[in-house]
Amino acid sequence: MAFEGLTERLQSAMTKMRRKGKVTEADVKEMMREVRLALLEADVNFKVVKDFVKTVSARAVGAEVLESLSPGQQIIKIVSEELTELMGGEQATIQTAAKAPTVVMMVGLQGAGKTTTAGKLASYLRKNQNKRPLLVAADIYRPAAIQQLETIGKQLDVPVFSMGDQVSPVEIARQGIEKAKAEHLDFVLIDTAGRLQIDETLMQELSDIKETTQPTEIFLVVDAMTGQEAANVAASFDEQLDITGVILTKLDGDTRGGAALSIRAVTGKPIKFTGSGEKLDALEPFYPDRMANRILGMGDMLTLIEKAQQDFDEKKSEEMITKLRENSFDFNDFIEQMDQVSNMGPIEDILKMIPGMNNVPGLDKLQIDPKDTARMKAIVLSMTPQERENPDILSQSRRRRIARGSARPIAEVNRMIKQFNESKKMMSQMSKGNMNGMENLFGQGVKGKLGKMAMNTMVRKNKKKMKKKNKNSRK
Amino acid sequence: MGLFDKIKKAFTGEEKVETTEVTEKYEKGLEKTRKTFSQRMNELFANFRTVDEDFFDELEEVLIGADVGFESTMEITDALRQEVKLKNAKASNEVQQVIIEKMVEIYEKGNTDKPEININPAGLTVILLVGVNGVGKTTTIGKMAHLYQQEGKKVMLAAGDTFRAGAIEQLHVWGDRVGAEVVSGKAGGDPAAVVFDAIKEAKQKEADILFVDTAGRLQNKVNLMNELEKMKRIIEREIPGGPHEVLLVLDATTGQNAMNQAKQFKQTTDVTGIVLTKLDGTAKGGIVLAIRKELDIPVKFVGLGESMDDLQVFDPNEYIYGLFSELIQNSI
Repeated sequence: MAFEGLTERLQSAMTKMRRKGKVTEADVKEMMREVRLALLEADVNFKVVKDFVKTVSARAVGAEVLESLSPGQQIIKIVSEELTELMGGEQATIQTAAKAPTVVMMVGLQGAGKTTTAGKLASYLRKNQNKRPLLVAADIYRPAAIQQLETIGKQLDVPVFSMGDQVSPVEIARQGIEKAKAEHLDFVLIDTAGRLQIDETLMQELSDIKETTQPTEIFLVVDAMTGQEAANVAASFDEQLDITGVILTKLDGDTRGGAALSIRAVTGKPIKFTGSGEKLDALEPFYPDRMANRILGMGDMLTLIEKAQQDFDEKKSEEMITKLRENSFDFNDFIEQMDQVSNMGPIEDILKMIPGMNNVPGLDKLQIDPKDTARMKAIVLSMTPQERENPDILSQSRRRRIARGSARPIAEVNRMIKQFNESKKMMSQMSKGNMNGMENLFGQGVKGKLGKMAMNTMVRKNKKKMKKKNKNSRK
Repeated sequence: MGLFDKIKKAFTGEEKVETTEVTEKYEKGLEKTRKTFSQRMNELFANFRTVDEDFFDELEEVLIGADVGFESTMEITDALRQEVKLKNAKASNEVQQVIIEKMVEIYEKGNTDKPEININPAGLTVILLVGVNGVGKTTTIGKMAHLYQQEGKKVMLAAGDTFRAGAIEQLHVWGDRVGAEVVSGKAGGDPAAVVFDAIKEAKQKEADILFVDTAGRLQNKVNLMNELEKMKRIIEREIPGGPHEVLLVLDATTGQNAMNQAKQFKQTTDVTGIVLTKLDGTAKGGIVLAIRKELDIPVKFVGLGESMDDLQVFDPNEYIYGLFSELIQNSI
C-alpha cells in the first residue's frame, strides 16, 4: 500500500478527461472517488470525508472551467480551496490575558507530546514574544514526568514549579499561578498528565484545574499520526473542556496528517502550532494552506520558498549569480552553496516540498545520508586554495592526494569533480534564462499538466513578490 | 554511492524486481486442486444468493473507522461477502459468526499457534523494543518485566533511551516497582554503549531476560535509524542468536502511518512482533490487520492501561470480536 499523494491519483483520472468548457457530473464523480481515497489514506475521519466530498461535488458540478485550466485542474483547484477554507482561513495566534499571568493548559492523550510541547512553547514565548514563562509540573501519574519537565526547564533555563507527585494537580496548578504572580512572570504553562477522553475521573480533574485556574488557552495536543480516532478524541475533549486551540505534534514524520482536518471539521477550533522535531525550538505557527497541500500530497511549495528566503542569504545568492554569469563558479562557492542548502534541512524534505516531486516513483525510498554532504565537503576541504579556485588544474596526482587527504576512494573524488563540472555547466545555462538544464535535473520528475500548473503558479507567485519588492524599493 | 547518484536512482525508479509471479502461479494451481466438486457447485449457486448490502456498507465503515485502511477494508469485505454467500448465512447472528471466523482465518493465515516470545534456552534472552515517540515503549517494558518476574525469571532492564529528558528516571521507577535491576548510562550518552554494558552485566549476574529500552524515533530519520541498527549489531555480536525478539510498539490510535513505521523498523531491525498499546481507549488499531497481511508481522501483546498488570497476550478472536462489538450490539 504505497502512500501516494492525491496528485498522482488525480493525474491518472485527469488523463481520461477531455478538454471541455464545463465540468460534467461524470468528471466530478471520477475525480471525487480519488479525492475520497486520498483523504482516507491520509487518515481523515471517514465522516468528515463524506461531508467534504459532498460539498466539493456540489460546487464543482457545472463550474465554468477557466481559460487556462482543464476540467480536472479546475476540480483540483476547488478541492484545494475548500480544504484550505476548512483548515481555517487565517493563522491564529496565542491569546494573552488582560492581566498577567496568562494561564495555558496542555491536555491530551498519553504520548501525544504534551511535556515536550510545553517546553517548546515556553521557548517560543520567550524568544518570539519576549515573555517570561513558568512551567508547572501537574503530571503526577506517569513515572518521572516531573523530572522530564525539570530537565527541559534546565535545558531552556526556564523556571519549573513542582510539588512532587503526592499533591493533587489542582493544588499544584493553583500554587504555580501564585508563584508566577509573586515573581511577575507573564505565562504559566500547566503540563497535565496524558489521559483517555473516556476516563471520567481524570477528565473531571482537568475540569477542576480549569475551574481553579481560569486558563486563557486550553491546548489539545494531538499526535499528527493519529488515525480515525482523532475526531472522537478532539470532540470529546472539546465537549468536556471547551478547548481553545490545538497543537499538532510529530509533523516531522512522513504522515500526511489528516487528523488535522478531522479535528478542524469536528471542533471548529483553530490549530495554532505544529511541532516538527525533537529539539526544543522545533515549534512553528500553523499554516492552513500548507497543511491542506500536505494532506493532499500536492507539495509544500510555500514552505520551501519561505525556508529558502529565511536561510538563503540574499546578498550571497546575488554574488553567486554574478559569479555564475561570469562562469567563475569554483569549489569555494560550491561548499558555500552546499552549506546554505543543508541549513534548510534534510534534502529529502526539501525535495518533497517541490510540487510534482511527490509523485516521482521511488522518491519515498530516497534517503540521503547527511554524511554524504559531509564527505563531499571533506573532499573539497582537502584541496589547496589554488585548486579550489581553479578546478582545471586537478591532475591525476593531485586527485590522488585529495583522496588520501579526505580518506575517500579516488573514484569518489573523480565523480565529485565530474558532478561539480556538470552542475557548473547547468547553472550557467540557467542563469542565462535557459531552463532546459533544470528539466534535465528533475529527469522525468515534473511531468504532465499538473506539474506545469504547479510550476506556473510558483513562477507567478515569485513574479508577484518581485513586483511588490520593486514597488517597495521605489518608495 | 554519491549524493547525486542516489537522487538519480530514486528518479529513474531502478531496482524493481518481479519474483512473486512464479509462486503465485503455483499457489493458484494448488488452489484449484484443493476445491472439490461440491464446493464448486456451491460457488456457482453463491452467485445467485444475495447479501444484505446495508450491512456490508456498515461493516466497511466500521473497518475504516478502526484504521484498517481503505484498500485492506475493501479486500476484507469482498472476501467476507463471498464467504457469507458461500455459507449461505441469512440470519444476522449467523452472518456475524461467519464474518468473525473468516476474519480470524485471514489474520492467522493458517497458523493458529498462540503468539509466543522466543526464549533463549541456553542463557540470556535479549528483547529489544523499538518504535516512534510516545507509543509507550518504557511502560511496556515495565509491564513485560513484571510479567516475567512473576514467572520466576530474573529480569534486567537496559536504559537505552539516553535522549529524552527523564527517560532513564522513568525506567528506574519501573525497575523499582517490579523489582528488576536497571543498567543505565549518562543522559545524552551513546545508547550502544549502554547496551554493551547491560549485556555484560546481565551475563555476569546470570539474568534470564534483558529488556532493552530505546529512544522513540520517527521512522524517516535516517541517522536515528542507523543508531538503532548499531544497537542491534552490538546485541548480535555479544549474544549469539540475539536479539531473540525485536518488538515494535505501536500506538492503537495511530492511523495509516503505522504501516510506514512497520516497514521501516522491519527493514532496520528485523521486527519479530508487535505490541499494540493504548487499546483501553476507543481506538482499535486496525492497521495491524493490514500490517499482518502485507508484512507478516504478528501482534504478540496488547497494552490495556497504565498499571503493571495491564498487558495481555494477543488473542485474534477477542480482538476481532472487539472490532465489531458495536456493530454486533447494534444489530441485536
